[in-house]
Amino acid sequence: MNLIAQAERQLLQPGGFSSTDLERVFAQLRGPSIDAADLYFQHSRSESWMLEDGIVREGNHAIEQGVGVRAISGEKTGFAYSDEIVLPQLLTAAQSARAIARSGNTGAGHALAAREARALYAPVDPVESLANEDKIALLRETDAFARALDARVTQVIVSLAATLDTVMIAAADGTLAADVRPLVRLNVSVIAEGNGRRESGSAGGGGRYGYRELIANGRAQALAREAVRMALVNLESVPAPAGAMTVVLGPGWPGVLLHEAIGHGFEGDFNRKGTSAFAGRMGEKVASGLCTVVDDGTLPNRRGSLSIDDEGTPSACTVLVENGVLKGYMQDKLNAGLMGMRSTGNGRRESFAHLPMPRMTNTYMLPGKSDPGEIIASVERGLYAVNFGGGQVDITNGKFTFSASEAYLIENGKVTRPVKGATLIGSGPEVLTRVSMVGNDLKLDEGVGVCGKDGQSVPVGVGQPTLRIDAMTVGGTAA
Amino acid sequence: MDTIIAQSDDALAQLDRLAELARDVVKQCRARGASAAEVGASIDTGLSVNVRLGEVETIEHNRDRAFGVTVYFGQRKGAASTADLAADSIAKTIEQACAIAKFTEEDPFAGLADPARLAREFPDLDLWHPWAIDAQAAIALGTQIEDAGRALAGISNSEGASVQAGESLGVYANSQDFIGAERGTRHSLSCSLIAQDANGMQRDYWYETVRAAGDFPDAASIGRKAAQRTLARRNARKLDTRTSAVLFAPEVARGLIGHLLSAVSGGALYRKSSFLVDHVGKKLFPDFVHIAEHPHVRRGQASANFDSEGVATADSDLVRTGVLQRYVLGSYSARKLGLQSTGNAGGIHNLVVATGTDDFAAMLKKLGTGLLVTEVMGQGVSIITGDYSRGASGFWVENGEIAYPVEEITIASNLREMFAGIAAIGNDVDTRSHILTGSILIERMVVAGA
Repeated sequence: MNLIAQAERQLLQPGGFSSTDLERVFAQLRGPSIDAADLYFQHSRSESWMLEDGIVREGNHAIEQGVGVRAISGEKTGFAYSDEIVLPQLLTAAQSARAIARSGNTGAGHALAAREARALYAPVDPVESLANEDKIALLRETDAFARALDARVTQVIVSLAATLDTVMIAAADGTLAADVRPLVRLNVSVIAEGNGRRESGSAGGGGRYGYRELIANGRAQALAREAVRMALVNLESVPAPAGAMTVVLGPGWPGVLLHEAIGHGFEGDFNRKGTSAFAGRMGEKVASGLCTVVDDGTLPNRRGSLSIDDEGTPSACTVLVENGVLKGYMQDKLNAGLMGMRSTGNGRRESFAHLPMPRMTNTYMLPGKSDPGEIIASVERGLYAVNFGGGQVDITNGKFTFSASEAYLIENGKVTRPVKGATLIGSGPEVLTRVSMVGNDLKLDEGVGVCGKDGQSVPVGVGQPTLRIDAMTVGGTAA
Repeated sequence: MDTIIAQSDDALAQLDRLAELARDVVKQCRARGASAAEVGASIDTGLSVNVRLGEVETIEHNRDRAFGVTVYFGQRKGAASTADLAADSIAKTIEQACAIAKFTEEDPFAGLADPARLAREFPDLDLWHPWAIDAQAAIALGTQIEDAGRALAGISNSEGASVQAGESLGVYANSQDFIGAERGTRHSLSCSLIAQDANGMQRDYWYETVRAAGDFPDAASIGRKAAQRTLARRNARKLDTRTSAVLFAPEVARGLIGHLLSAVSGGALYRKSSFLVDHVGKKLFPDFVHIAEHPHVRRGQASANFDSEGVATADSDLVRTGVLQRYVLGSYSARKLGLQSTGNAGGIHNLVVATGTDDFAAMLKKLGTGLLVTEVMGQGVSIITGDYSRGASGFWVENGEIAYPVEEITIASNLREMFAGIAAIGNDVDTRSHILTGSILIERMVVAGA
């Protein structure tokens, strides 16, 4: 399937023009002082369904479309967008965007050269991948399944969502590329009551495919089981400890550690501006020699993957840290250009109405040699954290947090009691230097991550093997 | 260059057109057999300029349109939205909403608001003050803010200053013949600066947000405040793990009140996912704590005559002498709970925490020796249990005086204990959000660090 043709049919034809007409827009955008310019056409169709109290009570359908026009002169960016994809509006937006330029080089014009991306996912509309009756049945069955698991389950919410994003990028450097990106997600959250307490648990999963792939192999039941298990574990939890201690992180989603502790700090914009705690540290040791971390947008069907980024650059697997040494930043075109580097295919934007920035895709640590059981057995007293809510980082001083939603005490080498959720806090430049064991059990997350930066949200993935960190501050209440 | 808001002059005409559209869509929904329907439509326009190190970095022109329709066929409902207000696109959107309603299930609590509660009066709340600033003037203003901050010795880098001007037009209509139209402006200025110290770098920021640009303080003061906050964080230390009194500065104190709001909001209550289920009439705070909603404050950050279902808003106590007076409900959650809507579909409209007589310095004296928190990080708040554990930074205070900055610590407790343990509320009110509170002193929390 030719993605560019598919995108052109969806994005340009309704407005009565084609990619050959875009030259006129670039003629408007180019000028004596514009270094770079691009157009980002997007059509997004999404739906969501929600079951609560045993009733599929909500369904939503949404269409969004438009075109964003960007003109760059040195470090300056002019940006305008229109939610109508027609030539007169495009020309007006181009006029607004190019007003940024006061000085700069003469933008040499390159003719648009179409380049088909290698597709990492099928360009199918997930909304149409299952009949509505079957979506309703799926929600109902998942609800019934979760409730039947344990009598202490008092509330179940199941939600199902799908989006199909069709994008086309045309740039003054000659880029003409398109992508058709499906994304689906199923979430189960439950509340359980027992011993006079009430606790919640939730689990979700998804990726870039249709609903059938999403629910294959009993995934819905597995998510329901996981949500119920987590709620029941939390019913038994005791107050978490407070203070610095050894922390063992489970595999998979706890990789949010990498996303917060180092990932954001390795994004090109913060390093170009010198505002990252890692700025100017390329080639230096920033982690223990056991740590190799990559950002990989090329994994087929993953939530964080992209065939091309939002600037038309093919995604890549970028080594960020190799055996503890800082090897690479994640770049978009603007920041790579200003730093004399190449884009790594990490230029992403929430939508046509937002400017692209360097963003993560799937960020994970490669497996080590330790058996996970040995890692736990090595800890006399500490915390074993296996599930997390989200995290946050201050890029500049490197301090980051992430909040455990399922954790246990480790006492004398054994996992003992579950503890209440607690926030862990650390310093990005220090925390990975304290990794003393890396498991052989690399796992990627289930496909639920959302990363926020400068008010823009994009889907991402994380992963890691079991890790032992020799000291981290755990924010519990127990002495 | 164009003025940023080309639509200013015809805002009323545009609002009329939106209202016309909404009314027409409600009719179309009825014609398609819907027993009830509601429509929301909005147009947001604005200009956003960022300046960094004395040079313009980005100029963004925004114009966002949104249109959403919800149809009811008896107790079944369907919703759809689009950003394209063209007639054929609207027709498709209505069709989509109706198609969805064929598949959703009967929900006995679904439906529009009680018609008797819909707003009938629409006094002017003084929310409309377009800011006729063009990009060049915005760049100059941003530069002035940033320069004022960078002028302070020790500021080594900048994330820039931003100037934003915005206008919003919105209508809500439903098949009970309700139509409400509102317009408002919101403008903001901000600055974020960086300083170097022995350990690396520190960053902090300040911002102001107002309805009318004339209400901004002196622009340079924003840059200076950002710089002072940044410089004060240099050479921050970790603390040993301890139990301590904690003073939440106003800009983070409003988060605590936000957690109260989450816990008393309808959705959390009917799902029984709140630690405050069945707590109306119960004492949560000490006697001196009063919290009330004032939706009609002129130029208020969240002032409105009606909520997102058209229900009239009104002044109303949330907490009186420490006792919870009511929940925060829209029609759906109210019906689920067997109660009445409180006019809070879509949120709260200016929640005001009554202040004491202490200014910030007096609050520091009341804290005596303990932790002043100026920033919290991460999630770590469970509304279902009230358990609270967040990352924090701020200052260690000794004998009422700031001793040194602290970072990489956590603060933990349970919201129930934190609310009951409020020792004082300052009069240093932060007016930049829909929650207006001064600093809040909490008797005791666990502070975890090294």
